[in-house]
Amino acid sequence: MYGGGQVFEPSSTNNDLLKDEDPKKLAEFEARIARGEKIEPKDWMPKLYRKQLIRMIEQHGHSEIIGALPEGTWITRAPGFKRKLALMAKVQDEVGHAQLLYGAAETLGKSREQMIQDLITGKSKYSNIFNYPTFTWADSCFISWLVDAGAIVNQLANARGSYGPYCRALDRICAEESFHLKYGHHCVIHLATGTPKQREMMQEAVNRWWAPMMHFFGPSDKISTHTEILTKWKVKMATNDECRQQFLDMYVPKIWELGLTIPDENLKRNEQTGEWEFTEPDWEEFKRVINGDGPCNKERLAVRRTAEERGAWVRRALASKTKGEEYVAPMA
Amino acid sequence: MTEEALKDLLYKIADDQLILGHRNSEWTGMGPLLEEDIAFSSMAQDKVGSSLAFYTLLHDLGEQEPDTVAFTRNAEQFHNCQFVELPIGEYNFSLIRHFLFDHAELIRFQMLAECPIEEVAQVAKKLKGEVKYHVMHANTWIKQLSNANEEAHTRMQESLNYALPYALGIFEPSQFENDFIEAGIYPGEKAIETKWKENISKILTEAGLTLPAWDSIEAVYGGRYGKHTEHLQPLLSEMTEVFNVDPTADW
Repeated sequence: MYGGGQVFEPSSTNNDLLKDEDPKKLAEFEARIARGEKIEPKDWMPKLYRKQLIRMIEQHGHSEIIGALPEGTWITRAPGFKRKLALMAKVQDEVGHAQLLYGAAETLGKSREQMIQDLITGKSKYSNIFNYPTFTWADSCFISWLVDAGAIVNQLANARGSYGPYCRALDRICAEESFHLKYGHHCVIHLATGTPKQREMMQEAVNRWWAPMMHFFGPSDKISTHTEILTKWKVKMATNDECRQQFLDMYVPKIWELGLTIPDENLKRNEQTGEWEFTEPDWEEFKRVINGDGPCNKERLAVRRTAEERGAWVRRALASKTKGEEYVAPMA
Repeated sequence: MTEEALKDLLYKIADDQLILGHRNSEWTGMGPLLEEDIAFSSMAQDKVGSSLAFYTLLHDLGEQEPDTVAFTRNAEQFHNCQFVELPIGEYNFSLIRHFLFDHAELIRFQMLAECPIEEVAQVAKKLKGEVKYHVMHANTWIKQLSNANEEAHTRMQESLNYALPYALGIFEPSQFENDFIEAGIYPGEKAIETKWKENISKILTEAGLTLPAWDSIEAVYGGRYGKHTEHLQPLLSEMTEVFNVDPTADW
């Protein structure tokens, strides 16, 4: 699970980093990318490329580990063996994705410890959608199906990017996410076609999660600033609006098919353009939540911080055993 | 041996697995490092999966569906030892419990793999292969952490001391103990306990941990026949919260 574009906002001042680059090396680097080659950890790369990739992969890793919290809380309450076992496996996968992604980011020179430190101090961001609460079982089902579906849209695009270790991690992640999506869809089908109480739970979850889901893909391209260079370097592979449109095209019919309604009366597919039309999401709320003032920001970070603090003695003990041994960064 | 006796055996195994699996799953997303988070989650899945295998055997003997059995009973109807229902505590306690419990389970499944009841033997054969890896995981961590530094050593020793009376509760004798032994189902709890003491002593010595004299430890019994700590009912209430919204619904 992951939302790409919305947390990845390179600032234009970063372009200053480009000024000092060797033009010849830069031209070679760009030619390689244009030829569709993958960039590997020991290859030459511009400082700006490294910086943006670390930020992007790190935020993706954080999203996996924080995303484990709103769903993980339902493991102990999942109704029946089938759901309990599947949800345990699903959330475990998400934690595994964090491990893969931190490994990919480490190949660029930032340690996992530093990344986690930056997460719990609030310095680096994670997907905004996990700052909303899962009130009922149906909320967790919404995440498993539709948030994961949104993540797959983003991740399939980024898997075609230029940085080898990230692409390979994404290939593995997408394969697992496709099972999550099947699990989530199955859960939602059962609720949406179940007893009146179950249908009500599911509809309420859709009502609660629709706005965060629209925010998930990030601000509209009209108001979002993206540098062309990141597209040229194949760091960013699809725009926020492209991902959102693809998601709507694939999933709105499936949601309607289940007899569920979507809380946006303007939502419809324009048959002429093939584009989905919808009420413009509240980007002020999006900004407010991403900047820390959402319903669960404090709780999510507090839980993560507590987990880190409670586990610190284990890491200290491991470190004391490996003193003197050189740390080897993952091969990714 | 009566069917009642066999059910008594299967219920305690199934309930132990379910409750400990449930407890260990509470570490998902909260582990001290990602690799351990994943490992604990994986073992928790195995435990819950094992409980399902035993509830399925019980269902074949005429008990209700596994979901009904697992998700609708009250605490006093559960046969798990009190050890598995204790809260996860700090990681040192969860690790020590994992170590002490899985060593016992490995022996239990090894013995039951020889059981003349083919259905039981088949499940035990499959599960002993899984638990073998859980035991390897536990041994590695117990030794590594206990030998690492003073802080970790102290934590592990304190958890061991706290856990041992409860761990002995795993071997609370069944009212059908003699029936099992006579029918050759398995050599009984005392036999598991003896072998268990031998196996864990070896690892604890390598870990540099001190094992108190066994006769100084009083086993915590009662769980096998419905006497539980105050921790079990809240665990069950949480586990069945959604299921009980409508127990007849298909979730």
